[in-house]
Amino acid sequence: MPSLSADELRGIIEQELPGALHNPAVLCVVPARLPEVARLLCDILDHTFLSNLTAVDYPADGEIEVVYHIASLGGGVPLVLRVRTPREHASVPSLTSLWPGAALQEREAYDLFGVWFEGHPDLRRVYMWDAFEGFPMRKDFPRQGDKYFAGSGEE
Amino acid sequence: MLQTQELQINIGPQHPSTHGVFRMQVTLDGETVVDLKPVFGYLHRNHEQIAEVSTYIQSMPYTDRLDYFNSMTSNYGLALAVEQLAGIEVPQRANYIRALMSELTRILNHATAIGFILNDMGAWQTALAFSMREREKILDLFEMASGARMMCNYFRFGGVVRDLPPEFMPQLKDLMQGLPGFFDEFERLLRDNEILLGRAVNVGILPPEIAASYSVSGPVLRASGIAYDIRTADPYGAYSELDFDIPLGEVGDVYDRILVRFEEMRQSYRMINQIIERLPDTTGGHINPAMASIGRQKALRPPAGEIYARVESPKGELGFYLISDGSTRPYRYKVRAPSFINLTPLGDMCRGHALADVVVILGSIDIVMGEVDR
Repeated sequence: MPSLSADELRGIIEQELPGALHNPAVLCVVPARLPEVARLLCDILDHTFLSNLTAVDYPADGEIEVVYHIASLGGGVPLVLRVRTPREHASVPSLTSLWPGAALQEREAYDLFGVWFEGHPDLRRVYMWDAFEGFPMRKDFPRQGDKYFAGSGEE
Repeated sequence: MLQTQELQINIGPQHPSTHGVFRMQVTLDGETVVDLKPVFGYLHRNHEQIAEVSTYIQSMPYTDRLDYFNSMTSNYGLALAVEQLAGIEVPQRANYIRALMSELTRILNHATAIGFILNDMGAWQTALAFSMREREKILDLFEMASGARMMCNYFRFGGVVRDLPPEFMPQLKDLMQGLPGFFDEFERLLRDNEILLGRAVNVGILPPEIAASYSVSGPVLRASGIAYDIRTADPYGAYSELDFDIPLGEVGDVYDRILVRFEEMRQSYRMINQIIERLPDTTGGHINPAMASIGRQKALRPPAGEIYARVESPKGELGFYLISDGSTRPYRYKVRAPSFINLTPLGDMCRGHALADVVVILGSIDIVMGEVDR
């Protein structure tokens, strides 16, 4: 099956899963409906390859956006799905039951952005050590003089 | 009665077979692996955040350090993403030079990857010496073109930093003359080698549907029989004009991963021959004239927007996700590192095998920690 365009996907989601899109213009999904939309893409529309999963911090909106790039193994440009969640208590459903390949990428997004992936079997930090406090890729994480660098004599 | 109990051991972070500072927590029942958990982060330097406080071109030399074996393809990923984001045209000649460098990189990576797998099997340095010999010749070419052997920093937005020097082509043709002999000799040494067969056949099998659901890419995915290669699935640069096949494995074991890499080297050789033939007739220079000065590169302000661009690095699908807010620095910069994501199924692949097979399976995935930990 050839790769879908974003417009085609928007039409299909609105028809098959009404109300699942929070902001149709950028294919932003209501968090609770994300597994359904992902399953539709994977099982019916043949976009079976989760290429990329990452988060983006938007402190001005008070939200974190989780971005999924999902490709078809037949080729073409990957489709983009998004989910927005509040920065405080950021949480979205995990896609590990559909794509086990999301496991490490969700751990990375949790480690660096503090997004909790509900249903992930083993959500731990992946790069930083377990006792590390804070989420270093958030825009308000101190770039200098945080508790790990202060007083280390490297000024 | 003899009591048995499970034993937990750490392989790494300092271990010759972990290919860098990488740790595996292995639970063993005798010699059999019950569970394996990879532990990352020893080489983490938050590459992404450094890139977000740097201009776009300042990240270019830093991408060399992602996959330090293949700095050319790492460069290519960033250049491609920024060009798509900012709408920069790349001249045909530059695209051919880029494809040439990418394919030379693929040959050197696959040759050394196979050599290192043999190291892991205990054929200490013998096979690796063959591949290192060819790698040196390719690194000489890189040095000639870019000034550096490993940290090439050769790509710029809109092309490459300088054209190939006049002495490049004769030396490349010399190398090309020797390569088929090297492929045959290397394959003859290994293909039917009894020890290699014993250690690689039916070890670490990754069935196709599982490989795809684990987001595995590159030679590991193709060894499982799925013909997914960014060069044909989402062609970029000169690849739509080049003729090549995608070699596939049948079983998805360690042996198939070795054979797929052999065949990919031959396909790269085919592509380089086509590039040598066509390069004199290509149009345009080595870089888009509008981007030829370093001042233009530094002052680049892509329009607000986002892009996810992918190249087929020798390890797999290397993606760059960039968000621009219209300033000289990216608002978000994310690297989709194939080495990192290819490690997701490592535990499943090793379960039930002997401890000695773990290092071979890890070697067959072919990781570089600079890219895994970023």
